[in-house]
Amino acid sequence: MTHRRGRLVWLLAVAFLLAALACGVTVGASGLGPGEVFRVLVDQLPGVHAGGAVDPVDRAVLLQIRLPRVLLAALVGALLAVAGAGYQGVFRNPLVDSSMLGSSAGAGLGATVAIVAGAAGLAVPAAAFAGALAAVALALAAGSVGRTSTSTLLLAGVAVGLFFSAAQTFVLQGATRSLQEVYAWLLGSLAGADWTHLAQPLPYAVVGTAVVLAHARRLDVLAVGEEEAASLGLHPARIRLLVVCGATLAAAAAVAVSGLIGFVGIVVPHAVRRLAGVSHVRVLPLSMLVGAGFLVLADTLARTVLAPAELPIGVVTAALGSPLFVWILRTTRSGGAS
Amino acid sequence: MTLRAEGVRAALDGTEVLHGVDCQVPDGGWLAVIGPNGAGKSTLLRALAGLLPLAAGRIALDGEDPARMRRRERARRLAYVPQAPVMPAELTVEEYVLLGRTPYLGPLAAPGASDRAAAGEAMERLRLTGLTRRRLTTLSGGERQRAALARALAQRPRLLLLDEPTSALDVGHQQQVLGLVDELRADGGPAVVSTLHDLTTAGQYADRLVLMAAGEVAAEGPAEKVLTEQLIHRVYGARVEVARDSTGRPVVIPVRAP
Ligand SMILES: Nc1ncnc2c1ncn2[C@@H]1O[C@H](COP(=O)(O)OP(=O)(O)OP(=O)(O)O)[C@@H](O)[C@H]1O
Ligand SMILES: [Mg+2]
Repeated sequence: MTHRRGRLVWLLAVAFLLAALACGVTVGASGLGPGEVFRVLVDQLPGVHAGGAVDPVDRAVLLQIRLPRVLLAALVGALLAVAGAGYQGVFRNPLVDSSMLGSSAGAGLGATVAIVAGAAGLAVPAAAFAGALAAVALALAAGSVGRTSTSTLLLAGVAVGLFFSAAQTFVLQGATRSLQEVYAWLLGSLAGADWTHLAQPLPYAVVGTAVVLAHARRLDVLAVGEEEAASLGLHPARIRLLVVCGATLAAAAAVAVSGLIGFVGIVVPHAVRRLAGVSHVRVLPLSMLVGAGFLVLADTLARTVLAPAELPIGVVTAALGSPLFVWILRTTRSGGAS
Repeated sequence: MTLRAEGVRAALDGTEVLHGVDCQVPDGGWLAVIGPNGAGKSTLLRALAGLLPLAAGRIALDGEDPARMRRRERARRLAYVPQAPVMPAELTVEEYVLLGRTPYLGPLAAPGASDRAAAGEAMERLRLTGLTRRRLTTLSGGERQRAALARALAQRPRLLLLDEPTSALDVGHQQQVLGLVDELRADGGPAVVSTLHDLTTAGQYADRLVLMAAGEVAAEGPAEKVLTEQLIHRVYGARVEVARDSTGRPVVIPVRAP
């Protein structure tokens, strides 16, 4: 990776995110044209008065509904992508993502229990968040990263996931009236996002992401294996545990407010590695930018394709992600970046 | 930098492989560990590197147990090159050699000018300068071995632990690489412990040899004392003749049974 090419990839990723954000705030049902949207947004900056009359209802729709939703999509996309890339670095496997240790199943169980119990508002995300963390804590306890191999841990994660899924099915069976609501949650949605949805996951998102990013260089060194990494002064088991915890926190914060959105955590880091090489120093932050842009676009599609009805965003990411993934796999040189 | 091991016992997956090994290396010394396949040479090196918990005995690196030292601190003092280093497919030679600077980097810091200089110097010493941008996967076996050694030199250690550092090198590169290590060491550089299969070479470069057999020390001392026909026959089951080269060092010549 030459310096020039490295910079170009950064520029591309930033441009992609900005374009996606612009697309997200302008496309869709609202009486405002792109110029007006721009004026309203600029008007929000302190000390700036862009002037021009805008219908107050359109303005409120943009600022209270559209904007938080677009930003939430960006946040969730960034978190899922960086968490996926972190997990892939820990397990040295491009096909794992942050749901691998049971966090999705745990979040699903938490949300299901909360919905069936009649909870509403922020209680559902809180329950999903707790369920995700509980599942991963169980998987870590069962297949402790410290002492055993990472494949043991993955198997423990699969087992925990299956258990939580079974528990969820059991809960649902006794409450078929909630089925539709639960499934809507499981398929993922950013509809109804407002500024509190954005603020609530932020602290966990920041802490989790910071922990993962801080280990970027050390994840690179782990490529030489356990023993050689130890001889270079690192504690591989400690690094893996911290990155798993940070990535789980970031992903759980995302899942809690958005439901289960697949594919982002696998497709985005994979695409980034194709363009920027495998070093986590580049892959982790670039995945955040590209993941944010990708999910903003996916959400824009989700709310416009069948407007005024909405597609579940999980359906959109899978529909976009699978062909993209196959295309990436087919065009990957053998022996190239994995 | 002195290294001393006393009564070292160590087990791998529950099987004891080292049954009480003693050895020592003085400051600036070179100890060669020789012995047949499976004798425990690699295991001893891992134990000396602090990478293997001991069942009994003690190892002291300037009085400190390497297994208990802070890892970063240990990695600045000793560098270890395993018999078969992992060569990550995606790395270039330069990126790989820079990994040797890990113990000097803060958690968030990128390698700086001094790190690049240390890596560059190591690559130059090992004549890898033409290959810096090549991927590890495209290197020949001998080039990889030199890259691994360059990474260890980039660590600027006071002790080099090398497991079969020349097994893939041709005779010219063998002499060049061992000569380079010897030069470094004579120049106030690191003390060296290396396993070597070639007994003649071991006798030429190391100032002391440890001959291991089945997890124990069968003989220890200078080359003239250890490289004898009887000892080699007893430990390796090999028929050899020991001659002298022009400098008087032993030359071990395998001979075919009549
Ligand atoms: N995980 C293990 N469990 C049990 N025995 C092991 C294990 N790993 C290695 N051994 C055994 O320990 C002994 C010493 O191995 P070691 O690698 O130290 O030998 P060595 O002297 O370096 O041999 P070589 O010359 O072939 O490199 C061998 O008999 C080997 O089979
Ligand atoms: Mg060996």
